[in-house]
Amino acid sequence: MAVVRYREALNQALREEMQRDESVVLMGEDIGVFNGAFKVTAGLLDEFGEKRVRDTPISENTIVGMGVGAAMTGLRPVVELMTINFSLLAMDQVVNHAATIHYMFGGQVRVPLVVRMPQGAGHQLGPTHSHCFEALFQHVPGLLVAVPSTPADAKGLLKAAIRDDNPVVFIEHEYLYGQRGDVPEDDEDLLVGFGQAAIRREGEDVTIVGISRMALTAEKAAKILADEHEVEAEVIDPRTLRPLDLDTILDSVRKTNRCVIVEEGWPHGGVGANLAALIQEQAFDHLDAPIGRVTGADLPMPYSKPLEQIAYPHEPQVVEAVLATFGDL
Amino acid sequence: MADAAQEEQTGRSLPDPDAAREWLSAMMLIRRFEERAGEMYAKAKVGGFLHLAIGEEATIVGAVRAMRDDDYLISTYRSHGHALSRGADPNRVMAELFGREDGVSHGRGGSMHMFDLEHRFMGGYGIVGGNLPLAAGMGLSADYRGTEDVTVCVFGDGAANQGTFGETLNLAALWRLPIVFMVTNNQFGMGTSLERHSAVTDLHRRGEGLGVPGMRCDGMDVVDTHHVIGEAVRRAREERQPVLVEAITYRFRGHSMADPEEYRSKEQVAEWRKRDPITTFADTLLEQDVLEEGEPDRLDEEVVKRIDAAVAFADGSAFPPPESLYDSIYVLGDQVKGWYSVDERSAGVHRGEHERELAAKQRGPEGAYEKAVEQASEEDLGLDKGADEAQAEDDGAEKADPES
Repeated sequence: MAVVRYREALNQALREEMQRDESVVLMGEDIGVFNGAFKVTAGLLDEFGEKRVRDTPISENTIVGMGVGAAMTGLRPVVELMTINFSLLAMDQVVNHAATIHYMFGGQVRVPLVVRMPQGAGHQLGPTHSHCFEALFQHVPGLLVAVPSTPADAKGLLKAAIRDDNPVVFIEHEYLYGQRGDVPEDDEDLLVGFGQAAIRREGEDVTIVGISRMALTAEKAAKILADEHEVEAEVIDPRTLRPLDLDTILDSVRKTNRCVIVEEGWPHGGVGANLAALIQEQAFDHLDAPIGRVTGADLPMPYSKPLEQIAYPHEPQVVEAVLATFGDL
Repeated sequence: MADAAQEEQTGRSLPDPDAAREWLSAMMLIRRFEERAGEMYAKAKVGGFLHLAIGEEATIVGAVRAMRDDDYLISTYRSHGHALSRGADPNRVMAELFGREDGVSHGRGGSMHMFDLEHRFMGGYGIVGGNLPLAAGMGLSADYRGTEDVTVCVFGDGAANQGTFGETLNLAALWRLPIVFMVTNNQFGMGTSLERHSAVTDLHRRGEGLGVPGMRCDGMDVVDTHHVIGEAVRRAREERQPVLVEAITYRFRGHSMADPEEYRSKEQVAEWRKRDPITTFADTLLEQDVLEEGEPDRLDEEVVKRIDAAVAFADGSAFPPPESLYDSIYVLGDQVKGWYSVDERSAGVHRGEHERELAAKQRGPEGAYEKAVEQASEEDLGLDKGADEAQAEDDGAEKADPES
């Protein structure tokens, strides 16, 4: 094991997969000479050259579409969108093309494309630069969706994504780039499979499901619950939303009989809304309380720091939501 | 320089007699296919939208015959002719229109989404301008792999106003990708005429500021189209220079079957019909003694027989079985193991799990399922066109077309 940052883990994944497979090509805005807006692609241009690490103009829809076309004809492109906010400009290529082509043409052609991008609030970037869009992408059949929260998962999932023959929306997080964690060394075939949730902390009293950065927030909240409220929470990080490892979540809920879902995105039609529906459909008789949700505030993200800080979830809201499932509030 | 008169008329020399005959036949195949598709639409054998390329046959055959087998062709929602010219089996193209399992896209795509990997026809696409970025990716891939393959990307004058047009032409020029962008200027983006949708109506000039030189061809003349696309393909292949070719043409029918054509006059249509790309080419070949008297009719008869067979094939092909509903959403493998990857298992909500069992129950006696599907789709569409095909075709406005 080595302790590396999330962005370095991603960098390792890209480097190893590029060394392993010549058909892997990177494209994106400022990924080469600039080394990436968040330095995820640092050093790759020097190592692999301009043919494989391609700086693009600011043309998100076309960059993603190029990735689709290249993937249909023998390459394994990894497209970086500078942030998830700009993915809206590429939505036609993601939904109408990447996700659809394999099905629409009767399975004749594959689209082994990865579209990477970070999301997240907290840097005072206001309404257009603070989005969390897991819910948008998990809505689309034909896509795989990853939301890694640790350096090890970031590396293992990205490697798995690049090797997969389906289009993958790979959602990173701006806050997480600087976070450190253990990453296995010297095993370049160590993948994290899609559709396998991770149990971050075991507990008997309540299940907390945390998405993306909120998996970390959930873990911190679980510690507070144990230290201050004698509540032992089980924390689950689904790691991928398509496919979704519902079994692990259901097994936990059947054990704890309570569930709170934490996400940074908007509440209406969010990941938690969907997950709550699935859990009550499958495990209604096991629930001792309504499923709780902690989400980002239902508004365009404000710039001012105090407002921004209360507009996305932190540990206290999670603790409060968990205690509410015990009728303690 | 075989014939000065011909040179004077079109500025281009004719291809050799065998090729000329084949081009004429290929254009006739598209014409007859499209006419029959329209009839089948009126009979509700074909659903959804149906965009016919009648009048635009020279743009298709002229371009496709200027390509090599290994080149990629990518097109729009008006793509039956492109698929056919590239070599797709008419039986399977018609079966796709009928929504049958034997269709080129196994009934998943329909009229707007034909595909034939074997012939490197990389698809028709329903979103206006959506195919340009894909073409750039194919060009990039060909370049990266060190091949000589050229991608020909066909789109309409309406698509020239999408953001992807500027984005893709810039990128193609910047990276010197081997792509021919062919804008089929049929004078209308759906019902909005060229001068009402474009500030610069010389569309071939719209790439200049992006580093993509333009050429123009007479899209009603298969020989001219072939010549100009041939030169553009050569430049793309040899000089790695993307080129924008504007083919001036006209669609004789409406944008789709749901088009009352209130935006243009009958006189204008009649004027363009005088330049019918098939009859003018046939007349030229007769005048130049390439064809004998009566030969065009014989070619046409062969084509009609081919289309008859295609309709019979499509009619006899089965609908995709209900248990195949969820096939090919994902490529199955280590990560996605099941045929339905999102595990949502509760009863009562339609999500496809029980289709396999239901299918067997619903199928009932032989042919009952197919009959039910046919009936259901007619009811769904609110169509009852069997009674009066002509009326339905004239009215043609049961379904609004929100796109393009």
